[in-house]
Order: sequence, then structure tokens, then C-alpha cells
Amino acid sequence: MINAIWLGLILIGIVISMFTGNVQAVTDSVISSSKTAVEIAIGLIGIMSFWLGLMKVAEEAGLVKALGRGLRPIMKRLFPEIPEDHPAVGSIVANVAANFFGLGNAATPLGIKAMQELQELNDNKEEASNAMVLFLAINTSSVTLISSSVIAYRAAANSANVTEIIAPTIIATAISTIVAVVSCKVLQKLPTFKRETVEKTDVAVGGDK
Amino acid sequence: MFTFIMEKISLYAIPIIILFIVSYAYFVKKVKVYEVFCEGAKEGFSTAIKIIPFLVAMLVAIGVFRSSGAIDVIERYLNPILQFIGMPGEVLPMAIMRPLSGGGSTGILNDIFITHGPDSMIGRMASVMMGSTETTFYVLAVYFGAVSIRKTRHAVAAGLLADIAGILATVWICNIMFS
Repeated sequence: MINAIWLGLILIGIVISMFTGNVQAVTDSVISSSKTAVEIAIGLIGIMSFWLGLMKVAEEAGLVKALGRGLRPIMKRLFPEIPEDHPAVGSIVANVAANFFGLGNAATPLGIKAMQELQELNDNKEEASNAMVLFLAINTSSVTLISSSVIAYRAAANSANVTEIIAPTIIATAISTIVAVVSCKVLQKLPTFKRETVEKTDVAVGGDK
Repeated sequence: MFTFIMEKISLYAIPIIILFIVSYAYFVKKVKVYEVFCEGAKEGFSTAIKIIPFLVAMLVAIGVFRSSGAIDVIERYLNPILQFIGMPGEVLPMAIMRPLSGGGSTGILNDIFITHGPDSMIGRMASVMMGSTETTFYVLAVYFGAVSIRKTRHAVAAGLLADIAGILATVWICNIMFS
């Protein structure tokens, strides 16, 4: 599916640009987007190193496991594939908590850390596991209590009521997160999205489909 | 009041978390904090670098799509559906851009604020839409890129379903709350 969407974006973009006269803009955006991608990745190095360092300290001190233990009942439901006491649980909780309180700078490195730990449990390193897709979907659906950037833009635009969008945002984000979780659980069983290494997976997770 | 508390949490959260982790590790668990920190931090460089190919692929495709003017064309075809669900046409660029590009949707949000005002129905819907979903394709490239996952399985489908749900919920809630 990702291949079709990727191709679709490029195909539709280039074909339409021929009719709208934006061919030059398309060429420019290829160059500038590539550059932006590298800049984003390079910009991540510092903050990524910091949070990986701090998380290592937290891990050695047993804090990551403790964090996972608090939410074990919910996490076991959502991520049955992750063994109890695995550090991935703590990292996922840390990432969701950082998102929840709008700490975007911390959330991305913590999320990547969690993804790396889920990858350790994954037996096909090129293909996403159910837990990885679910964790990603929870992140893309944005679990946030207050979208501070939107509030800042509204204030800058002289809104008479800057914060009136908070309650509807929380409701909308809750709905999208629920849909994300439910659709992951349903879609992961469909033949189109089946893992390529079905037999190996069965053994690895103890007979769990 | 609620916002005030949230602001305080955002302000103090990181310093307090850092303080708590390092002092608990050192004083209670006798962890060699500096040594362990450096050991963990050295992974930072390779992790960030690993993301580059995935992010280049994703951002170039999105950049081509955005700069071609395709969004305007799609807008024309989707208009009948919009009237059915109660979404003003002016909000549609936001709905299409939100999963693709954080910078692009921020631009659209500010455009809408200038043209229609932040307190108009269009401004409110755009605000809620901006806050309630994430840049799906960017997050996918970064998170899966960091662990070199190429086969994404149902990730895109689930992410887009969640985005559509978020957009529909936004329109629905705003129409109830603000009219």
C-alpha cells in the first residue's frame, strides 16, 4: 500500500503539474525536499543522543520497567506480543506520556527508542510487526492534551477566544486514536496485510495469530 | 486555569524528569550516571542518520504532490461530498495537507486565520483539525526509518483511517459546539 501511495503522490503530482504549469515548482521541490529531509535527520542527532543517554540511565536504574509496570493491564491488552517486563513497554509509555503533555522534543526520540525495542522482538527485521504498526498508529493519531502550537497561532492571529478549541480537539483526537487502535486490530488479520513470515511468527509469539 | 496548569507542566516537566532520573539512578541505584549516559547517547548519531533515506523518499513525493497544485484539483472533485458531511470547502486543503506535511498544514492554518479569522467556523475547524491529528507520513518515515522497516503492512491504512475519523469528528463536533 505504501508503494502505491508513494507512486501515486509522484505520478499525480508530475502529471498535474504539466497541466497547471507548475513543472518548475515540482523540480525545485524535489531538490528542496531532499535537503529538508537531511536537515531534519541531522537536527535530530543532538536531541536523539540526549534522550537515548538519559533513557539508558533510567533503564539501568530500573525506572523504565517501573513505568511499564504501572500501566501493565492496558498495555497487555494493546500489545499482547510484548513479553512482560520488556523495556519496550516502558518506552512506549514514556513516548505516549510525552505526546500527551505536548513535549514534542522528547516524544520523537522516546518513540524511536520504543520502536528499536519493538524491532528487537521482531523476527523479520524488514517487516513491521503488529505491535510496531499499532504503536505507530497511536502516534500518528496524535494523543495530545493541549496542542500548544495551534494555541500560539490562534493567539498570534488575535483570536477572541484562544482556548475554545481545546475541548473539541481532545474529543476529536480521542476518536481518531480509538479508530487507529481498532483498525490496527482488524487490519492486521486481513490476508493483504499478513506477515510474510507467518510460521516463524507463530512460534515466536507462542501460537498467537 | 486548565491552560495555566498545562503551561506549568510543559515548563517544568523536562527539567524535573531529568533531575529525577539522574539523582534516583545515582543515589538510590548507584548507577555510574555519566558513563551509562554516554554509552546510551552514542547510538544517537547512527539512529538519526538511518532515517535519511526514508525521509528523503517521503518528503520528495509529498513535495512533488504539493507543489504541482494537485490539491486544488482534488478540491474541485470533492466539493459535493463536503457539503454532505457539513465541511466548508475552505477547510479541505487543511484536511488533505494535514497527514502529508506539518509545515504545509501550518501554512494553510495561518492562511485561513488571515482570510477568515481564527474565530470563524472555518478557522475553528482548521484549528481542531491541526491539533487532533499528526503528520502521518512523516511520523511513519521517521519511526520506521529509524529501524529500517521497509514493509509497512497495514500502517498506512490504519493511519489514514484514523486521520479520516479525526477529520469527520472535527467537522461533527465543531458543527455541534460552535453553531
